[in-house]
Amino acid sequence: MGDQITKDPYISHLELGEPDKTFLDTNELIINMGPQHPATHGVLRVILKLDGEKVLGTECVIGYLHRGVEKIAENRTYTMFNPYVDRMDYVAAVSNGLGYCEAVEKLLNIEAPPRAKYIRVILTELNRLASHQLWLGTHALDIGAMTPLFYTFRDREEILKIFEKYCGARLTTHAFRIGGCQYETYDGFERDVKKFLDFVPPRIDEYEELLTTNRIWVERTRNVGKISAADCKALGVTGPVLRASGVKWDIRKALPYANYSEFDFEIPTGVNGDTYDRYMVRMQEMRQSLRIIRQAVEKIPEGPIMAKVPKVMKPPVGEVYHSIEAPKGELGYFVVSDGSTQPYRVRVRPPSFVNLQALDVMVRGQLVADVIAVIGTLDIVLGEVDR
Amino acid sequence: MLDYITSYLGMNTTPGQAGNVFWAVVYIFVVFGGVSVAVMAMNWLERKALAHFQIRLGPMRVGPHGLLQPIADAVKLLTKEDIIPDEADRFVFWIAPLIILCASFTVYIVIPFGPTHAITDLNIGILFMLGVSSLSVLGVVMAGWASNSHYPLIGSLRSSAQMISYEIAMGMAVVSAILMTSLNKSGTGTLSMIGIVEAQQQQQIWFLFKFFPLGFIAFAIFAIAMVAETNRAPFDLPEAESELTAGFHTEYSGLRWSLFMLGEYAAMIAVSSIAVTLWLGGWLRPFPNTLTGATWDLVFSLLPGFIFLALALIAFVGVIRMPKHAYFRIQTAGLAGFGVVLGLIGLILFIPPVRDRIQDIFWFVAKVAVFMYLYIWYRATFPRYRFDQLMKVGWKVLLPIAIGVLILTAILGVVL
Amino acid sequence: MAPVATTFFFYFLSGLTLLSGILVITRKNPVHSALALILGLLAQAGLYLMLYAPFVAGVQIILYAGGIMVLFLFVIMLVNIERSQKEEQFNKQWLVGILAAVALGGLFVLVYTKGTGLFPQAVSIPAESNNTQQIGELLYGQYMFAFEIASLLLLVAIIGAVVMAKKRI
Repeated sequence: MGDQITKDPYISHLELGEPDKTFLDTNELIINMGPQHPATHGVLRVILKLDGEKVLGTECVIGYLHRGVEKIAENRTYTMFNPYVDRMDYVAAVSNGLGYCEAVEKLLNIEAPPRAKYIRVILTELNRLASHQLWLGTHALDIGAMTPLFYTFRDREEILKIFEKYCGARLTTHAFRIGGCQYETYDGFERDVKKFLDFVPPRIDEYEELLTTNRIWVERTRNVGKISAADCKALGVTGPVLRASGVKWDIRKALPYANYSEFDFEIPTGVNGDTYDRYMVRMQEMRQSLRIIRQAVEKIPEGPIMAKVPKVMKPPVGEVYHSIEAPKGELGYFVVSDGSTQPYRVRVRPPSFVNLQALDVMVRGQLVADVIAVIGTLDIVLGEVDR
Repeated sequence: MLDYITSYLGMNTTPGQAGNVFWAVVYIFVVFGGVSVAVMAMNWLERKALAHFQIRLGPMRVGPHGLLQPIADAVKLLTKEDIIPDEADRFVFWIAPLIILCASFTVYIVIPFGPTHAITDLNIGILFMLGVSSLSVLGVVMAGWASNSHYPLIGSLRSSAQMISYEIAMGMAVVSAILMTSLNKSGTGTLSMIGIVEAQQQQQIWFLFKFFPLGFIAFAIFAIAMVAETNRAPFDLPEAESELTAGFHTEYSGLRWSLFMLGEYAAMIAVSSIAVTLWLGGWLRPFPNTLTGATWDLVFSLLPGFIFLALALIAFVGVIRMPKHAYFRIQTAGLAGFGVVLGLIGLILFIPPVRDRIQDIFWFVAKVAVFMYLYIWYRATFPRYRFDQLMKVGWKVLLPIAIGVLILTAILGVVL
Repeated sequence: MAPVATTFFFYFLSGLTLLSGILVITRKNPVHSALALILGLLAQAGLYLMLYAPFVAGVQIILYAGGIMVLFLFVIMLVNIERSQKEEQFNKQWLVGILAAVALGGLFVLVYTKGTGLFPQAVSIPAESNNTQQIGELLYGQYMFAFEIASLLLLVAIIGAVVMAKKRI
């Protein structure tokens, strides 16, 4: 085991023990949580340096899911690149689409019509709920509770049914277009959404009932993976991780986009910055999303769903950075245009990639079993980390 | 021959005590066969109940409602390739599951299904059960070591450390229950399993309710410790897949792995039987002294028959709800046959001679079945304890409470 | 309770004990030796049962086979054993060893045949239900002080082990 890692070119700064002592004689042990692991939520390789059970340091090896999305962007037109964006954070595909479309709309200096904005908000918040539900199921499963997984996936089905009826796809929805939405909402869209809004709050209460006051859950998550607000800001960590450490920063309120300023919602924050607070923050965010959807679905205005967009899109030369609050954090798009139909550069600032840096800070001094809990609580999606 | 059988039915001791080898062997076969069937049924129940907890259906295809699934699993495991790791110690690798299996099954010779329905009644019954079930720790340690790879070794060391820690709390709780047996009129306690239940009968109270809440706390300690002892959720860190070390039975494949599972389920049933015997009154029917009289006896003795008839009814309802398609004809027929068998058993249980003899066994098995369901319920609901928290609970929480209960029980027993 | 096939069980269990003793010293692998020792201890528990001492038999299984041998196995498995497997099983003094064992065996036979007056009289078979009670009465009555001292000794041993094992408190 020692030999295999010595030859590995990715190991740089972790010192290795002498290979001929038995593995229990050395105090420090290097363990590889390989790309194939039931609990790393994708192809993530984490190399842990342990002292007995305590973690001394970690190193993440990523890139197993790199598909060259940003390079592809340089060879596609702006509209053609739209479907690629969904595949990055495949769990919350709608948010990815929203960010990209709004970035390009900023470049083109057009604004989506109000009806399109409302539809966008409704679908994005539904997707936020679905993403948090998937996070809850998998996180609980890693810690050992098998049942919330099935409950959350069952309730997520309802959201995916709405997506399927709207745009034909459940996961990689490609819901939005540059300038608005392509599809008009189907007959009964509002009715379905309202039915969903009545259906889901008791379910969220059920998840809370199973976990929030459960002594075993609390012991597994309290004071595990603590990160302070200063560390978060230093590393650039955003999203529920940042909010659980006490910083009240949500791009929907700070730099509003897509008419979020018309809705009334709160930003849940935590106090300690541990796993339990991140869990509570995300549960509260689920409820706030429901609030936003309820307000939005009441007031959808009539009107066009697509702005006047030129057939051949040639944005003026310039660059724009537009970021949105994806379920996992700040998702940013830096689009550089050189005047042609294809962007010069699209750089995506994925929240999971930046949040993954916090793994090292969070697990130092914790036990091995907590590493898995912390990876779960960071809510990373490897499609986003690797692009 | 028939005289031999009928003359035996009038005996009033267990065959072991009577030195009757033939009947002892017959009982052994019956009990071990029953345990094997119970383990298979438990396997099915676990998959079905877990699935229903998780809003899914569980196995439905193999046999009606998956009733033949354990057989399919057994066939699959039997036909798998038997992989032995290269550098592994072959003898130890072979013998480890056997030790666990033998330890778990040997315990059944003292389990009292009734006042004379046990294979034997050692007068150190409870001590024997605790001792032999602690031999399964040896099997766990050997299994991890013989696999010659360090993840199973770490997993087996953790698992065995967990098992021996919780044995202590179990033992303390058991001792406090044994103390209560000495409070009957003859003044001496007993370690024999049948004697414990008879002490409860004499004192007219299940030890669960004795010196309330002491008996209840002792029972709760034992109930938690027995879940940890058998490595079941929420104490199943050593065999969880999503943690870093994969557990002591990683390198075992096919039949050897199924022996581990068999031993685990048999151990679960065995420790549940201890709990039932010590605190829940063994084979005694509920409310033996508040609802007395011949009519109540009759009502309670009719219950087994009614329960089996209710099960047969559920089976027939399932038959009606089966899809009416050509592919499902065999399954429908199978389920109907199963329902018929259940109904016949229910009817047989109404015949007075059978009814009277089956009472004790039925109540004992029913109480153990409740525990089995609780095991599955815990697995579905609770997340897993981290290993250091697990050990903390065993040593710093359960053990002091158990010692406290023991002391208080002893004081109350002397004073009252 | 009527005993069944005592002679067969006696010879069987004693033979098992002897066999396990021989296996303990002749196996190269320490784990195999430990397993053979467990076998011998369990056979001895059976012999205790035959002597109508069921409590001692139960305690033998719980403590010796289930506790102490598990401890032995832990230590054997955690210590580097490759070196011990390359060591010689018997050293060069085996002739002296056999002579000493024969001499000892002869002494035993002499004592057994000639010294029957030294053994206690055959005790009448007691009712077994008293074994636990008798031990309890002796242990907590007559030998209470020794019992407490022994438990204190164990406590000291536990504290010493914990102090040695932890690197920092």
